[in-house]
Amino acid sequence: MADSFSIDSKMSGRRKFLVAATSVAGGVAGVGIATPFVLSMMPSERAKAAGAPVEVDISKLEAGMLLMVEWRGRVVWILDRTPSMLATLEKLEPKLADPNSEKNQQPDYATNRTRSIKPEILVVEGICTHLGCSPVFRKDIAPEDLGPDWLGGFFCPCHGSKFDLAGRVYKSVPAPTNLVVPPHTYLSDNVLLIGAESKESA
Amino acid sequence: MNKIKIFLTVLCLAPLSLFAAEPGMPLDSVPIYQTDNESLQRGAETFVNYCLTCHGASFMRYNRHRDIGLDNEAEVTEKLILTGQKAGDLMLSAMRKNEGEDWFGVAPPDLSVIARAKGADWLYTYLRAFYRDESTVSGWNNLVFDRVAMPHVLYELQGEQELVVETVAGKEVKSLELAKPGSMTVSEYDQYVADLVNYMVYLSEPAANDRKQLGILVMIFLFGMLGLTYVLYREYWKDIH
Amino acid sequence: MSKQNNSFLEWIDKRFPLVSTWKEHFTEYYAPKNFNFWYFFGSLALLVLVNQLVTGIFLTMSYKPDSSLAFASVEYIMRDVEFGWLIRYMHSTGASMFFVVVYLHMFRGMMYGSYRKPRELLWLIGMAIFFVLMSLAFTGYILPWGQMSYWGAQVIVSMFEAIPFIGETLHNWILGDFMLSDAALNRFFAYHVVTLPVLIVVLVFVHIIALHEVGSNNPDGIEIKENKNPETKIPVDGIPFHPYYTVKDIFGVVVFLIVFCGIIFFAPEMGGYFLEHNNFIPADTLKTPDHIAPVWYFTPYYSMLRAVTVNFLWVDAKLWGVFLMVAGVAIFCFLPWLDRSPVKSIRYKGPIFKFALTLFVISFFVLGWLGTQQPTPLYTLLAQIFSVIYFAFFILMPWYSKIDKTKPEPKRVTK
Repeated sequence: MADSFSIDSKMSGRRKFLVAATSVAGGVAGVGIATPFVLSMMPSERAKAAGAPVEVDISKLEAGMLLMVEWRGRVVWILDRTPSMLATLEKLEPKLADPNSEKNQQPDYATNRTRSIKPEILVVEGICTHLGCSPVFRKDIAPEDLGPDWLGGFFCPCHGSKFDLAGRVYKSVPAPTNLVVPPHTYLSDNVLLIGAESKESA
Repeated sequence: MNKIKIFLTVLCLAPLSLFAAEPGMPLDSVPIYQTDNESLQRGAETFVNYCLTCHGASFMRYNRHRDIGLDNEAEVTEKLILTGQKAGDLMLSAMRKNEGEDWFGVAPPDLSVIARAKGADWLYTYLRAFYRDESTVSGWNNLVFDRVAMPHVLYELQGEQELVVETVAGKEVKSLELAKPGSMTVSEYDQYVADLVNYMVYLSEPAANDRKQLGILVMIFLFGMLGLTYVLYREYWKDIH
Repeated sequence: MSKQNNSFLEWIDKRFPLVSTWKEHFTEYYAPKNFNFWYFFGSLALLVLVNQLVTGIFLTMSYKPDSSLAFASVEYIMRDVEFGWLIRYMHSTGASMFFVVVYLHMFRGMMYGSYRKPRELLWLIGMAIFFVLMSLAFTGYILPWGQMSYWGAQVIVSMFEAIPFIGETLHNWILGDFMLSDAALNRFFAYHVVTLPVLIVVLVFVHIIALHEVGSNNPDGIEIKENKNPETKIPVDGIPFHPYYTVKDIFGVVVFLIVFCGIIFFAPEMGGYFLEHNNFIPADTLKTPDHIAPVWYFTPYYSMLRAVTVNFLWVDAKLWGVFLMVAGVAIFCFLPWLDRSPVKSIRYKGPIFKFALTLFVISFFVLGWLGTQQPTPLYTLLAQIFSVIYFAFFILMPWYSKIDKTKPEPKRVTK
């Protein structure tokens, strides 16, 4: 009779093979059992339903005005930019970290200077790319606290990150990237769908 | 010793034979085909058209009907949503709880899991056992649910039945007779209700089909493990004399 | 094993007794070599406990202990949470299977005299686990807040009212209200997910420590430690738990999982025995269901509760019923001192014990079945008769185990 037993070289080949095969099968079983538990922590159907795309009527949005809507529990800004606001975008480009939106923070259709489908309407998530605070819309020009070069934009009060009126991040601020442009589309002239590119893919 | 073992095994299995029906009205059995998507979809449409007006199925989401072949949101919206809700929404009743209490005396129960509570056969029999009874508030009564608050919603389809009480060998036997035919024949109506009940069984546990499919895979795996671990066990126990 | 591994183990071992613990409880724990089918259920109970703990944690992530949300949150788990249905069925099936396994484990102990000296304390710790398990099952069954949850709990908690003088105050104190309500649901949730699981884990640990101190009994009921190899000091009839019983138990686990998964995937309601039909109706505080019965594992004791219908000795029937029910469970604790037979195992006990044990098992099943039925005069009479048999098994044991004609025990374990 074998005395104290450990998995060692004294084992017969058949025994080694069986131990290995059972271990592998047991590993498969372990992964199989873990899978439903891990997946159960993904967003549930309720969360997905609550995160469904939202339709926004922008007919009442006035030039220069910011509208905030909620999508997936996050704030999304809709800003109708005036011609003078749009004019600041080009002027500020030397001060920006990623003026051409090269980093993937927006869908293809918003990879342009205005970062939008329609030049005047900006749709952007109002969440600072630094640590998730919500920046403040500062359209006042050259205020005392932001200095004489401020032409309007978004300022994050938590850690001082600055973004221009297209949500592009300034150089030398904590935030690493431009604000995120969520997927969106126009269902009609005045109805914006945020969260999906078409009604069917919703 | 062996006799005792056999006896104990039989005892362990004995409760299985006791699943027999409860006393009361005999129930008609309904054929349930949980993989028949056409029947389930017909049932779903009946359900939203007739039941959802007063009852809710408030644990169920419209877009969940991808299980039964309605995997396109536009199709779900067109076929099932009559109240302007979104595809991801819960199937809420069009009626408020207090309205139900005012109209029927009791709030109509939520139907999400009713098939698990009552059983398919009960639902099938119940939906076909309404009869005219002028003594009740609604003007209807039911053979399996005496003085039920719910009126016969499907009477235009089934027609109106009347109660017939006969005395056979000293015992009262109740049966129903079709007094005024509806727009459907008896067999058409039976099929219609069978589809509805089939759907309600699905509704009570939408994951049931997934459950059985996954179960087959798990069982195949386990039987493989059974062989492997048995051989391993015998291999080691060769040492023991 | 490589040298590197060994030095790492040495490092650990100077700080924690890893190797010696492993040896003491696995490779150098010598278990009798003649374990049979009945010896699977201890390790299976441990497996089910782990299943309950893990699935329970995941259910807690989505369940809401609020009387207005609880029922819906269970259906939320069943429908909206990815694989929530599987986790819930693993938990609900696990609850019933826990009792199946534990009842068989206890029956094994009764057959082979595992409660007898020197294992009295081991048996008592096991009984403590059984009490905690029953509390866990009771508090857990309330959580879905269906009709059976509500009215079942109502009936059980009302039993405290039977206690003289303090009954009503105690009842209100337990519920935190004058009736079963949100307050009780919330506190039973706390017991179910914190207090009782901690208790049962500690007790199971203590149970195993106690077992390894005295050593396992076996179907022959003889002490293998009394016959050791004079050189190695290892029991002649003992074999190392690892690898022999680990590979055997793994095989047992797979057999168990086939049954367990068969229920989970193909019959999670088990015909209304594991998940009762009426519990799919949300709790209605104004309307008792036509027929209430506890879940199957409580029905033998529930029958005893209902069996007492007469007042006796100035004490009313209700209190006697409660007393009988509690006694029906607690009486197992006295087994080590009730059994006076010179032998431990049923293999060497005489015909009277075999007959008595068979009668006891029959009465347990009959009482269990009666507990699921509506009481009728006939059923109540049957419940009374079988309650008497149930208790007679224990109370008469000192007498019949002594006069029984036993066979001599062998010196070595047999196959």
